[in-house]
Amino acid sequence: MTVPPNPPKLPNPANPGSRLDPWVASYAERAQGMTTSAIRALFSVANRPEVVSLAGGAPFVQALPLDDFADMTAKLIRERGVTALQYCTGQGDERLREQICGVMELSGIDAHPDDVVITTGSQMALDLTVRVFCDPGDVVFVESPSYVGALGVFSSYQCEVVHVMTDDDGLNPVALSEAIDTARLAGKKPKLIYTVPTYHNPLGITQPPARRAEVLQVAKSSGLLLLEDDPYCLLGFDGEVPRAIRADDADGVVYLGSFSKTIASGLRVGWALAPHGVREKLVLASEASVLCPSNFSQLTVSEYLATSPWLEQIKGFRELYRERRDALLESMEQMMPPGTTWTVPDGGFFSWVTLPNGLDTTAMLPRAISGLVAYVPGTGFYVDGQGRDAMRLSYCFPEPDRIREGVRRLSGIIETEMELIETFGPTSNSAPLSRRGPTTPSPELP
Amino acid sequence: MSQRVVVIAGGLSPERDVSIRSGRRVAEDLRKAGIEAQVRDIDATLIPYLLEDPPTCAFPLVHGVAGEDGSLQEVLQSIGLPFVGSGAHACRRSFDKAIAGALLADAGISVPESIALPQAMFRDLGAPVLLAAIAEQLGLPLVIKPNRGGSALGVSVVHNAEELPAAMVGAFAYGEVVLIQRYVQGTEIAVAVTEDGDGPSAMPAVEIVPDSGLYDYTARYTAGTTEFFTPARLPDETLAAAAQTAIRAHEVLGLRDWSRSDLMVDEAGTVWFLEVNVAPGMTETSLVPQAIAASDTSASIVLAALVERATTRSQSED
Repeated sequence: MTVPPNPPKLPNPANPGSRLDPWVASYAERAQGMTTSAIRALFSVANRPEVVSLAGGAPFVQALPLDDFADMTAKLIRERGVTALQYCTGQGDERLREQICGVMELSGIDAHPDDVVITTGSQMALDLTVRVFCDPGDVVFVESPSYVGALGVFSSYQCEVVHVMTDDDGLNPVALSEAIDTARLAGKKPKLIYTVPTYHNPLGITQPPARRAEVLQVAKSSGLLLLEDDPYCLLGFDGEVPRAIRADDADGVVYLGSFSKTIASGLRVGWALAPHGVREKLVLASEASVLCPSNFSQLTVSEYLATSPWLEQIKGFRELYRERRDALLESMEQMMPPGTTWTVPDGGFFSWVTLPNGLDTTAMLPRAISGLVAYVPGTGFYVDGQGRDAMRLSYCFPEPDRIREGVRRLSGIIETEMELIETFGPTSNSAPLSRRGPTTPSPELP
Repeated sequence: MSQRVVVIAGGLSPERDVSIRSGRRVAEDLRKAGIEAQVRDIDATLIPYLLEDPPTCAFPLVHGVAGEDGSLQEVLQSIGLPFVGSGAHACRRSFDKAIAGALLADAGISVPESIALPQAMFRDLGAPVLLAAIAEQLGLPLVIKPNRGGSALGVSVVHNAEELPAAMVGAFAYGEVVLIQRYVQGTEIAVAVTEDGDGPSAMPAVEIVPDSGLYDYTARYTAGTTEFFTPARLPDETLAAAAQTAIRAHEVLGLRDWSRSDLMVDEAGTVWFLEVNVAPGMTETSLVPQAIAASDTSASIVLAALVERATTRSQSED
């Protein structure tokens, strides 16, 4: 159907247009990247029971003694409800801080409760630390790949993130030192080294003691604060707890801990252990954000630590996760196409899988979701587009039979994708999916 | 008689999230009209639920395969439950972009030249040769999209031949057949069609101006990233032609109750049909709610009228 040509479009006060958001011109620059993404939308399907989700990092809370929790929280409300349902100090409950010091002793850390700041999950501790240290443009050095939640924090404070070469032993100290020098030579302002040394998310690897010492030495010699994120330290399958980097340096490390992986993520109780001066600022920043962390959650955790055999419960988690890790590794060994490689975690939740032949895990994700299996594409763990041929598989939530079924489905998807690549050739220079916005599941995804 | 509507939303397609948001909004608007409305997902409990206590009618809002390819409508027809929207056959021919385009081209509507092929054809004939031949035939730029699907998932605009393989892989991730279509430069608009007692009528055209230049998933569902003009900033004759195109598409494809046609108007004023939606999105950023808002009516009134039509028509019309 043809009509006269279109005239030029001039502003028309009677038809000014709409962006469906009256505040679009008012958002801060740091909010510019906060958009919906097709990849994240795909994960909404992964919540359905038909889908085997090897994507999320949710602990298997079904294994908790839920009846005991119910009795304990009922008693807590009855006997200490007036306190539990009230505000508390910004730094957090004193008894819980003492108990947290006991937990950290398992990692070789000798800490004073005054230096502990309790937060809403360790994610908030990370956020507060970056807030008090980083101005826009400051450089943060991270592993390759790095925890997506940390990348989100660095991005929201407009930091420049530099991925440092990471080998089988974790963050490479030589590469780290060179990266710091390079940034300084370029006139940039290095601020933090962020590392997950134990059962890394997403790599699943652990830094051996010698490597930890080398990384710490680089941090000290370059005058940078080391941010040690250690939520999985009690989840080693051999029952040993690796000595934390913080155990060997009280002044140069901010240590982040959490009960999310060891007890219950829904309680949202984490902490930062920081040098005195830093701790003061973290408390003030926390009060500015939330006044105080949830007192009910803190007292619940405190009561649980005081009255339950929590180390036995965590031992149960370790055995459960080891069985699932084994199911994942064995089924990958049996079913994954030749050329696929993966890390073998000694603890924690994740294995990092690298695919052959130039496969793109982001482009493959819709096919996987349609095939009722979910994973997190590797690109989500980088800020610079790396990781296209990799994916993070988690084994923490699905039961072993479901993990095997998930790997069976995934291997079929990969083979189909390999046929597609054989037909069309590698696709490394284009982005068929929109990559704007978050490319990982929302936290509640199991 | 008081009406009770079950809005069916969700499903297992990549558009699940969009569908759920659409379903919630439609249910809310129906409640404002005094209609009892619940949202239900497609799962093993749905059919027993519908059979045990049949609602007055169903309102399918599942996007993507199963919701728009006629499968869900076939099921609703088989259990004899009235529902809003097009019947199974009409959905089937509309959801397949190649079939819908061919039918409408035969009816005299301008449809960009296109080729729809399965992956096996590229494998058997050799992708480089075949893609080169198609690019030569249709000319660049090209739009690459899954032949069946929505929300622009898997859609790319390709400006040079080197980008074609990645675009094909991206589109095949969402379906077995990919449509390669000549790209039409111009003004992108959407025209919603609703039926009342006097037949189909068009709502004001919504003009779409994405900041990124491509109305992709992010531009569709992130408020602020796309500017909309309703009615579209086009001459009255063009708007009338666009309305007529949407109505003709609705009629030729045998659609019922409502639809939304996505159109492109080129520099010469030609209105090109791109695709039609039998279960249009109804989220906060979707196009039909904007068209309704520009029509001096409300979503409650429009949706309640659709429910009324569905509940009063005879089963034989399914």
